[in-house]
Amino acid sequence: MLRLEGVQVIEGDFTLSADFELRPGERIAVIGPSGAGKSTLLDVIAGFRVPEAGRVLWGGQDLTAVVPGRRPVGMLFQDNNLFPHLSVERNLGLALRPGGGRLSPAEDARVAEALSRVGLEGLGARRPGALSGGQQSRAALARVLVQDRPVMLLDEPFAALGPALKAGMLDLVAEVAGAVGALVVLVTHDPEDARRFAQRVVLVADGVAAAPVETEALFADPPEALRAYLG
Amino acid sequence: MARRTVTVIAGLLVAGLTLGPVAAVIWRGAAWSALAPGDWLAIRFTLVQAVLSAALSVLFAVPVARALARRQFVGRGLLVALLGAPFILPVIVAVLGLLAVFGQSGLVNAALRWAGLPEVTIYGMHGVIIAHVFFNLPLAVRMILQGWLAIPAERFRLAATLGLPGGQVFRVLEAPMLLRIAPGAFAVIFVICLSSFAIALTLGGGPRATTVELAIYQAMRFDFDLARASMLAVIQLALALAAGVFALRVSSVAGFGVGRDRVVMRWDGGGLARGLDVIWIAMVAAFLLTPLAMVVLRGVPGLFLLGPSVWQAAGHSVLVALGSTFLCLLWALPLATRRGELVGLAGIAVSPLVLGTGLFLILRPFVNPLDYALVVTGVVNALISLPFALRILRPEAEAVRTDYARLGAALGLSGWAWLRWVLVPRLRRPLGFAGGLTAALSMGDLGVIALFADPDHATLPLKVYQLMGAYRMEAASGAALLLLALSLGLFWLFDRGGRVDAKA
Repeated sequence: MLRLEGVQVIEGDFTLSADFELRPGERIAVIGPSGAGKSTLLDVIAGFRVPEAGRVLWGGQDLTAVVPGRRPVGMLFQDNNLFPHLSVERNLGLALRPGGGRLSPAEDARVAEALSRVGLEGLGARRPGALSGGQQSRAALARVLVQDRPVMLLDEPFAALGPALKAGMLDLVAEVAGAVGALVVLVTHDPEDARRFAQRVVLVADGVAAAPVETEALFADPPEALRAYLG
Repeated sequence: MARRTVTVIAGLLVAGLTLGPVAAVIWRGAAWSALAPGDWLAIRFTLVQAVLSAALSVLFAVPVARALARRQFVGRGLLVALLGAPFILPVIVAVLGLLAVFGQSGLVNAALRWAGLPEVTIYGMHGVIIAHVFFNLPLAVRMILQGWLAIPAERFRLAATLGLPGGQVFRVLEAPMLLRIAPGAFAVIFVICLSSFAIALTLGGGPRATTVELAIYQAMRFDFDLARASMLAVIQLALALAAGVFALRVSSVAGFGVGRDRVVMRWDGGGLARGLDVIWIAMVAAFLLTPLAMVVLRGVPGLFLLGPSVWQAAGHSVLVALGSTFLCLLWALPLATRRGELVGLAGIAVSPLVLGTGLFLILRPFVNPLDYALVVTGVVNALISLPFALRILRPEAEAVRTDYARLGAALGLSGWAWLRWVLVPRLRRPLGFAGGLTAALSMGDLGVIALFADPDHATLPLKVYQLMGAYRMEAASGAALLLLALSLGLFWLFDRGGRVDAKA
């Protein structure tokens, strides 16, 4: 259980409060107008942002003071998900061994498995720059896969892809996350993404990250804030 | 938090190595009575020559920069690039080149003799100033050229539409820019010339042309008057700090940036102006290139006269250069932050001879400082180069942190893995460039080594100076050519090492 307990983020005029629970293995979309605090919510969960009040708990363990690399969390950013000067394999290797040491044969096998999971067999020796946009997204997903964390946070990582590619990537994320039973939290500004991907939706608007609501129910009867956003 | 520990240790080391010697000279020397009468002359000469050198450099730089900004010709790019070269040119090499042009048996005097005119001598105040202009005119040209190229092309187009004559274009567009840039250029060059040592050592000297830095050297080497040397060092420190604060106040431009190589389309300045531009460019090219050509020309025969002591000195120099480059980059990596750059700035404010005097005072109770001449030279050179290295590395290091710090944190990379797999590979190019500058500066340095050296611990620049002093000009020219080749070679090797195979 990922629990946000009385979380308050305050920065000048900006405030965000959140108080809800997310279940292991479920797929959550976070939607809302830009500037409302969708990315801030993810940063709080990932540990890049320490809330002014409240706690972040995973299975009863308090994460609030834990640094990002030690949390049970893997994250895909909007960009800079891979080091461009290192081969894809090296990138995945660093995700497995953040100390920078050599990989054991078993770990090599895990890297290869993650690559084949996302359909990049045999491309591990390439640098990210030598891959297409869609392939780079897959490589980034493979990076989170080898990290093997029970929570995956996606901060609009596929925003630069075309509609068909993006839909394909979301299906792939759903598939691989389902296989390892990870909780996925996807930030998006596109309601279609939420419909396609998420079982429940967190609406962020007016300084509040609302408790998650079933996707179908939410869109069938949108609250005022969501109606304003959808236009 | 291990990363922060390393940064703090590096910062403390740099601060200690600069402030320790400063404390030592202040403690030893704070007494006016230690000064000799000639020292007041030295203070006056230091200020006068710095003002004149800076003023002349900026004055000549204006028409040259203007010509380079508005003329397109074959070799323009090369000439602009060459304007950056004096930065890594060993002072002693330039001095030999200037001697070959303006010296007793130089080109100018040969021409004067042929015309039946009285000969000129390069030794004394005007020699010191010529050499300072040789080194700093290119810097001033680059700074002012940047200012010129920063004037938007649209403004010149507007001026052309209005049919403004050349004088009006200057008044409306160019004069305001010059008023903004020129004081900064003047201040930077003034500061550089204030701590001039090697040029005063070779072309100055005597009561009329001794800088404070040179007076420190003479008090140490000839009189072994440590109290006087320390007092002079305190004065030099005060001068440099005051001038440094002044320079920071008036200069808003980056002094060592790379000029954009772009020609602004201009519609004024045909005819006479064009002729003048050509003359200015030809004159500055001749002034800068002839001495270098003479070094090569006179150096080649001398290469065959080099004895084992020269090769030994060359070996010392390469070792010192590599050592100080390693040390400088080792400091620069953790200090490539805003606060770190402030720590590194100490290396500019404190001149090499002040540092050297201080280190001498600190070492003397424990060891014979002369035995550590090469180590001290390497350390001081690393400190002196550090501000330049940080200037080059900091923006790029900050970009790496902005782009990848989150990814590194999300992966939980250890400090070592961050350094080995992210920071150093991403910084290869600026590291190569900074390393090349440091190596070349250290290779050509003739400062602290003169203070400490005995014949067993000479570096190549000192060896050239000793050969000159013994009137063995052929051998000196050969050794100078070797020095030039080694300095440029080291720069090239490092800089290229940073570029090769540096993909995305």
